[in-house]
Amino acid sequence: MNIHEYQGKELLRQYGVAVPKGSVAFSPEEAVKAAKELGSDVVVVKAQIHAGGRGKAGGVKIARNLEEVRSYSKELLGKILVTHQTGPEGKEVKRIYIEEGSNIKKEYYLSFVVDRQTSRVTLMGSEEGGMDIEAVAAETPEKIFTEVIDPVVGLAAFQARRLAFNINIPTHLVNKAVKLMLGLYKAVIDKDASIVEINPLAVTEEDEVIALDAKFNFDANALYRHKDIVELRDYDEEDEKEIAASQYDLSYIALDGNIGCMVNGAGLAMATMDTISYYGGSPANFLDVGGSASAEKVKEAFKIILSDHNVKGIFVNIFGGIMKCDIIAEGVVKAASELGLQVPLVVRLEGTNVEKGKEILNESGLNITAATSLGDGAEKIVKLVG
Amino acid sequence: MAIFINKDTKVLVQGITGSTALFHTKQMLEYGTKIVAGVTPGKANTVVEGVPVFNTVSDAVKETGANVSVIYVPAPFAADAIIEAVDAELDMVICITEHIPVLDMVNVKRYMEDKKTILIGPNCPGVITADECKIGIMPGYIHTKGHVGVVSRSGTLTYEAVHQLTEAGIGQTTAVGIGGDPVNGTNFVDVLKAFEADPETYGVVMIGEIGGTAEEEAAEYVKNHMTKPVVGFIGGQTAPPGKRMGHAGAIISGGKGSAADKIAAMKDAGIAVAPTPAEIGETFIQLVKEKGLYDKVKTH
Repeated sequence: MNIHEYQGKELLRQYGVAVPKGSVAFSPEEAVKAAKELGSDVVVVKAQIHAGGRGKAGGVKIARNLEEVRSYSKELLGKILVTHQTGPEGKEVKRIYIEEGSNIKKEYYLSFVVDRQTSRVTLMGSEEGGMDIEAVAAETPEKIFTEVIDPVVGLAAFQARRLAFNINIPTHLVNKAVKLMLGLYKAVIDKDASIVEINPLAVTEEDEVIALDAKFNFDANALYRHKDIVELRDYDEEDEKEIAASQYDLSYIALDGNIGCMVNGAGLAMATMDTISYYGGSPANFLDVGGSASAEKVKEAFKIILSDHNVKGIFVNIFGGIMKCDIIAEGVVKAASELGLQVPLVVRLEGTNVEKGKEILNESGLNITAATSLGDGAEKIVKLVG
Repeated sequence: MAIFINKDTKVLVQGITGSTALFHTKQMLEYGTKIVAGVTPGKANTVVEGVPVFNTVSDAVKETGANVSVIYVPAPFAADAIIEAVDAELDMVICITEHIPVLDMVNVKRYMEDKKTILIGPNCPGVITADECKIGIMPGYIHTKGHVGVVSRSGTLTYEAVHQLTEAGIGQTTAVGIGGDPVNGTNFVDVLKAFEADPETYGVVMIGEIGGTAEEEAAEYVKNHMTKPVVGFIGGQTAPPGKRMGHAGAIISGGKGSAADKIAAMKDAGIAVAPTPAEIGETFIQLVKEKGLYDKVKTH
């Protein structure tokens, strides 16, 4: 789960991490009021969307007086911002963050991620701040430094210090940088963040070490123990169908094709998309119904697939392990008859209780094309959709 | 022979009284798995499906000599269940549970350092040695005894591959699901090593997916150490970057983990990569025919 920059900064304040003063605004009037309260000469007006690359896309403006705050706020609110992370359709700006300007002397990069290779949380830093860190990693990997953290002792002060020296934080400010890193690490562990990225981290003319941006990603599997984080979720930032899916514990990702897929298991769901593409079709979604679907859940999955108006056909591919085929079949029949299915439906069933499942489908009287294998099913649905 | 588990393996089911665990305990017993104990705190001195239940893993091990545990405990308590099994010095613990918080797994992996227990999973279908021992949630009937090892990050895709092999008359030694989480126990390389060392296994099917670099590391191992033929497949070739495809581990991010990179690494290691998941079986047959091993792996 992602949160907005202003929410991330609020969280950082709770952990003693220095951030510029600021507040969120939903209208130009609120923005002007917020800027007045800040009372600083220069104010930054920042579009709040869940995507990086806002600066380059024109989503960050420097205002030198209240009039400029008003006009930039008007311009940004309601604007569709297209960055390299939003996709071509972009994202509408519904909130802006009004922040005091900082006298930046130099920008750095800091992040904490769960590293798969070491199975540890890793602190990463670079003196190439403000840049796309992937580009730094590709072009000048020697400028990225890492510290692998032992969960028993946590981030040790010496590690934070070593990193600060490595990325050339001015010596007299190293202790401030260390304090910031220790606070950040505590936030990561307390809140089950899987990524925190501070880009840029800034050293100012006033000798402060502050986080100018904050990008958090929280582990969806741990949200059950963080009610406060769940409250920060902004549904405007998510696909409607993905929200509906998550309410039924279905894993759904919208794609831009026209063949709806319903599969059990993430690996098989991906492989089903791959096979549809291989036969010249284009999947409309990734949908994993999971291991413990009820007939009701299958029906909801169908509803979500059909709410995508691009869908011209549906391929159900189930290989039951935990999932019993008869339950899937019941759900399919229930959904198809209640929702008045108008598009071709190909069903491939295999696994636990497969015979019972096939019987239910055959006796339903519905127009269902049976497939004998994954390849057969993909080929059939691609042909039917045409 | 086969690897990891066989007809003598004594299995302990953690969380045995839950509904999913009960269903699969029944299925495992029907398959012939020797389940000697179950654990659910507070349910000691009861018996389910003919299996005695204990309060703690150490009690169960003391009384029954169980050496492998399988975990069906809900996600918030699963990390603790793994640690309990490691503390009881079991040979292997197989964690089926999905949705375990990743930082819990970071702690588990740290705890397991220098311990003897091998962890399979979490978020995996389990391990099965055909006709001998089934531990997990896979449908048993698709497996037939033979000479091919299967290792995979995905549950249902493992079934798909095994099913194709069986349909083509090619039996298996052991199928291992290593799970789809970013931080997990046994990886591809550990399983490939075991298959390479197993005299009964003549060839291997390896199924990966997007995200991380485990497949690249496996390819490196195959290139340098593996003498047996390997067929591979990578799921998620058409997945867009930045989108998490169900499994927490299946995401292309930070310029790493794309299917193209993995397929290139596998091909470079001499692994025959199936173009679609529907052709894993066929690709395997083609490869073993080229190697003159077809008659040896054809079982029925």
